[in-house]
Amino acid sequence: MRKTISLAPLFVVITMILLASCGDPTNKQDIIKVGLIVELTGDMPAVGASSRNAAQLAVSEINSAGGIAISGKPYPIELIIEDNASKADQSVAAANKLISQDTVVAIVGPNASLGAIPAAEIAEYNKTLLITPWSTNPKTTLDTTSGKPKSFVFRACYTDPFEGRVLARFVIEKLGAKKAAVLYDVASEAPKSQADQFRQTFTELGGQTVAFETYTTGDRDFSAQLTKIKSSGPDIIFLPAYYNDVGLIAQQARRAGIKQPLVGSDAWSSQELIKLSSGAVEGDYFANHYATDIATPTAKKFIDAYAKKYGNMPDDVAALTYDAMGLLFEALKKSPMLERKAVRDAMSTISDYSGVTGDIKFTPGSGDPMKSAVIMQVKDNKFVWVMNAAP
Amino acid sequence: MSQGVVYWLQQTLNALQLGSIYALIALGYTMVYGILIMINFAHGDVFMIGAFFCFLLSGMLGLTFVPTLLLTMLGTALLGVVIERLAYKPLRQAPRVSAIITSLGVGLFLENFTLALSPYPKHIPMLLENVTWNLHGISLSSIQVVIISLSLGLMLLLDYIVHRTPIGMAMRAISWDKTFVPLMGIPVDLIISVTFAIGAGLAGAAGAMYALAYPVIDPYMGIMVGWKAFICAVVGGIGNIRGAMVGAFILGGVEIMVVAFFPSTYRDFVAFTLLILLIIIRPYGILGKPRIQKV
Amino acid sequence: MIALMREQWDLLLEKPWLVPVLLVIGFGLAFVIPEYNLLSVYVQLILMYVGINIILAVSLNLVNGFMGEFSLAHAGFMAVGAYTSVLLTMKVLPMSDFPLLFPCAVLAGGLVAAFLGLIVAIPSFKVRGDYLAIITLAFLMIVKSMIENIDFIGGPRGISGIMKFTTLPWVFFWTVTLVWMIRNFIYSKYGRGVLSIREDEIASDLMSVNTKQVKLFAFMLSSFCAGIAGALFAHLLQFISPRIFDITKSTDILIMVYLGGIASIGGSILGATLFTVLLELLRPSTMAALLSWLPSFIFDPLNEHFISHLGVWRMVIMPLALILVMLYCPCGIMGLREFRGFIPRRDREAHHYINPQGKSPHGSIDGH
Repeated sequence: MRKTISLAPLFVVITMILLASCGDPTNKQDIIKVGLIVELTGDMPAVGASSRNAAQLAVSEINSAGGIAISGKPYPIELIIEDNASKADQSVAAANKLISQDTVVAIVGPNASLGAIPAAEIAEYNKTLLITPWSTNPKTTLDTTSGKPKSFVFRACYTDPFEGRVLARFVIEKLGAKKAAVLYDVASEAPKSQADQFRQTFTELGGQTVAFETYTTGDRDFSAQLTKIKSSGPDIIFLPAYYNDVGLIAQQARRAGIKQPLVGSDAWSSQELIKLSSGAVEGDYFANHYATDIATPTAKKFIDAYAKKYGNMPDDVAALTYDAMGLLFEALKKSPMLERKAVRDAMSTISDYSGVTGDIKFTPGSGDPMKSAVIMQVKDNKFVWVMNAAP
Repeated sequence: MSQGVVYWLQQTLNALQLGSIYALIALGYTMVYGILIMINFAHGDVFMIGAFFCFLLSGMLGLTFVPTLLLTMLGTALLGVVIERLAYKPLRQAPRVSAIITSLGVGLFLENFTLALSPYPKHIPMLLENVTWNLHGISLSSIQVVIISLSLGLMLLLDYIVHRTPIGMAMRAISWDKTFVPLMGIPVDLIISVTFAIGAGLAGAAGAMYALAYPVIDPYMGIMVGWKAFICAVVGGIGNIRGAMVGAFILGGVEIMVVAFFPSTYRDFVAFTLLILLIIIRPYGILGKPRIQKV
Repeated sequence: MIALMREQWDLLLEKPWLVPVLLVIGFGLAFVIPEYNLLSVYVQLILMYVGINIILAVSLNLVNGFMGEFSLAHAGFMAVGAYTSVLLTMKVLPMSDFPLLFPCAVLAGGLVAAFLGLIVAIPSFKVRGDYLAIITLAFLMIVKSMIENIDFIGGPRGISGIMKFTTLPWVFFWTVTLVWMIRNFIYSKYGRGVLSIREDEIASDLMSVNTKQVKLFAFMLSSFCAGIAGALFAHLLQFISPRIFDITKSTDILIMVYLGGIASIGGSILGATLFTVLLELLRPSTMAALLSWLPSFIFDPLNEHFISHLGVWRMVIMPLALILVMLYCPCGIMGLREFRGFIPRRDREAHHYINPQGKSPHGSIDGH
C-alpha cells in the first residue's frame, strides 16, 4: 500500500506535465480553430445539446462550401467543443483552455448567463472574441468596474431589460391589462432581471402590480404562491420562467382555477413546452427570438437543414447559435488576417447581417445587437406569431 | 366562509399534499437508518428513478394508473436491494462514513446515468382524470385526494407491518442490537434487504405520485427533495417511523405557510431557521429517544 | 544498491533543512511560472484550483475526519469568505492604489467565516452526530437564501467584474500557511482533544478534556480556512453567485476528503489534487490529445464511440470511481495514515498506536 501511496503523487505530477505539453502552442497554419462552450451536463443539457447541434451544422455547411477565405487562401473550420456543466468555474476553465491551450481564434458560447459572464471576463482579459448566442443578462457585455461595454464580447440576442420592457408594453397596449401578477425564480439571473424590468415599465405605463411572488430553482410545488396570486385578482400573470418550470406552473395554475392568460419570456420557446404543459398554456403569450411560421427564406433553409439532420425542429438556442456562428464567419471573411484582434474589429463593423433570428446590426462600441423581438401565442398546441416588437 | 378562512384552508390542503410526498420519502431514510445507522443519500435519486419508471411504463407502454404504480414500486424495490447488495453490504464493517459517501456516489451515478441517457425533461401523460371540486371557494382536485389518501394508506400499512408483523418485529430487533439478533435465528441479511426493498418501494410510490401531481420529470429532481426528506426524517427523530411522518408534515406545512403569509423569497430562510431551532430545542428530534451511550 | 539508495533517501528526509528548502523552491517556482509563462495559463489555472481545493479539503477533514462530525456547511463558509472579501476589494478598500491590500481582504473573509463557524459550533455542544449534520445543512441553505435576498450584494445575479488578484504565489502562500496551521493544531493539545472527541465524546469530557473549547476552536479554524479559500476562489473566478456555493459544492468537498482519506492531511491533499485533475483530464479534447499517440486504427473508433461522449459520461465515471475506491479502501486512499513529514518527530511512534490499521473511528455500522 505504501508503494501505491507514493505512486499516486507521481501519477499526478506526470499528468500535469503531460497536460502542460499537450497543447500545441504553434498555430496550425492551415485551419481556423473556433471554440464552443456549451452546457452538455448540469441542469440544462437540452440547451447545450441544441447549441452544439446548430454549431456543428453551421460548421459542416461552411466546410462543404470550401471553408473561409482569408486573404485569398481558403481555410476549413475546426470546432472544438467544451462542456461547462452549467457551472461558473468550469466555464472559466474551459475558456482558459480554449484560449491558451487550443489557441482558438474566437469562442462561441456559453449560453446561460451563469457561465457566460465569467467566460466573457476571461475572453476580454485575453483579448479574444467571444460571442454568446443566448445570454440575455446585460452584465455579460458590460465591464462592471468602468461601466462601459466590453470590447471583445458580443451577443446574438437581445437583453433582459429590453425583453421586460417589451413585454410590459405588449401587456398594457395590446392585452389591455391594468393589474398584473408576477411569478419568477428568485435564484436565477434572467427571470429576476426581466421581472424587475417588467414591473418598472408596467408601473410607468400606469399599471398596478398586485402580486410579486417568487420560487427557487428546482421547486415543484407552487400551490402556495398560486393561491396567493389568485386571491389578488390580476388581469394577467407574468411568468418569465424556463420552459420546464412553465409546464408545471401552468398546469397547477389551471388546476387551481386560475383562468387569466400567462405571459412569458424567451425561456418559454422550446418545443418541449407544448409537451410538458399538455394544454395548460393554450392561448398564452411569450416573447421569442424568431418564429417558424413567419420564417424568412434564410430561416426556412436553416430550419429544414436542422430538421433533416437532427430530426426535430430547432429551438431558439439553436437558431441563435447558428446566427452567432454566421456572424463569426462574416467577421472572419471580412478580416484581413487570421488574428484575434483583427477578427474582433471586423465583427464590430457588421452592419447588416440577415440571420435566422432577424436582422442583426452592431453599433460601434457595443456588443449588444439592435434587434427586435417577436411575440408569440400558443394556439392549437403550436407557436403562432402575433407581432414584432421593436426596441 | 370568509376569505381568510378559505385561503387558510386552501393552503392547508396544499401543505397536506406536499407533506404526504415528503413523508413517503422520509420513511425510506428513517427505516434504513433505524436498522443500519446509515444515511442513504441515494434515496432521493431512487425516488427520481421511480418517477422515470412511471414515465417508461405509462408513456411508452401505455399502462394505466394502478399497474404503473405497482410495477414502479416493484422496480424501485428491486433497485434498492441491488444497490444494498452491491454497494452497502461490503461496507458493513467499515466506518459509517464510508457507506455514507458510497451512497453519495451511488446517488450521483444514478443522476448522471439518467442524464446521459435522457437529457431532456420529460412529460408524463395524465394517469388519472382530474376533477376539480369547488367547496365554498376552496378548490379540491381529485389528484390531491388520491395523493393524500394513498400516502396515508401506505403509511398506515407500513406502521402495521413494522409494529404488528414478525418481520417488523425482526426489523425493530435489529435496530436495537445487531449482534445478538442472528443468535436468535433471524436471518439478518434477509431482513436488511427487505427493509431496503420496502424503503425503496415507498420512494418509488412517492415518485409515481409526484409524477401525478407535477408531471414534468428530469434527472435532478431528486436532489432537493431528497435532502428535504432527510431533514424531515431527522427532525422527527431519525430511526422513528412515526417521527418521520410528523417531521414531513411539519416541513411541508412550514414551507407552504411561510409562502402563504410572508413574501415567498423568505421561504427557505424561515423554514430552515425554524428547523434549526426545533433541533436545538429537541436535540434528538421530536419523537426521537436519546441513544444511551455507554462509556 | 537499492538498499543503499533507500537509506540515503531516508536520511535526506530526516534532514531539518528539507522543508524550508522545498518551500523556498516552491515559492520561487510559483513566481517564476506566471512571469515567464513556463506552463500555459490553463495549467496555471488548474494549479490554482488544486491549491484552493487543498485548503478546502484539509479544513473539512479537520471537522469531519479528525473530529468525526459530519459537517455539510463548508460551502456556506466559503460563500461568506468570498462575499466579504469581494465587498471589501470592490467597495471599501482602495485597491487600485494599494494592490497589496489583497491579503487583508482575504484575511477579513476568513475572520468573518470564522465568526460564523463560532455560531455553528454552539449548537454542536448539545446536538450530536447526524442531528448536527442537519444543522450544518440548514445553515448552508440559510446562507444561500440570505445572499439571494440581499440585492445590495447582487442577489441571485451575483457579483461580476471582480479583479483578478489571486495569483499562483498567493495561492501557494495561503495553501502552505493554512495546511501548516492545521497540522500544528492537530498535533497540539487541542488536536489531541479533537481526536479524543472522535473516539468517545463523553469519556473525553470525563477525562477533563474541555470539549466545548476544543469543538469551538476546531470549527472556527475549519471555517476560517474555508473563508480564505472562498476569497481566493472569488478573485480567481472573477464572478460569484449563490448558485456556485450550493449543496453540490459541499458534496464535492466531502468527496475530496473521503476519497483522499479521513483524518489524514496528506490524504486530503491527495484527494483534492486527484479530484480536480481527473475532472479536467476527462474532458474529451484533453483525453483525445493525451491518447493521440495511439495508432490510428485503435484511436479512431475509440474517439468516436467513447471519447467524444466523455463530455456527458465523465460525470458518470467519477461517481463510479468513487464507489470503487470506497469499496476497496473504506477509509479513503490514505485513511487514518499520514505522510511521515507531517507528523512531528515526537509523535511518530505514538501515531501508529493512535490510528492502528483496521480499527474504525467513531464506531462501525453495527454500532460498536
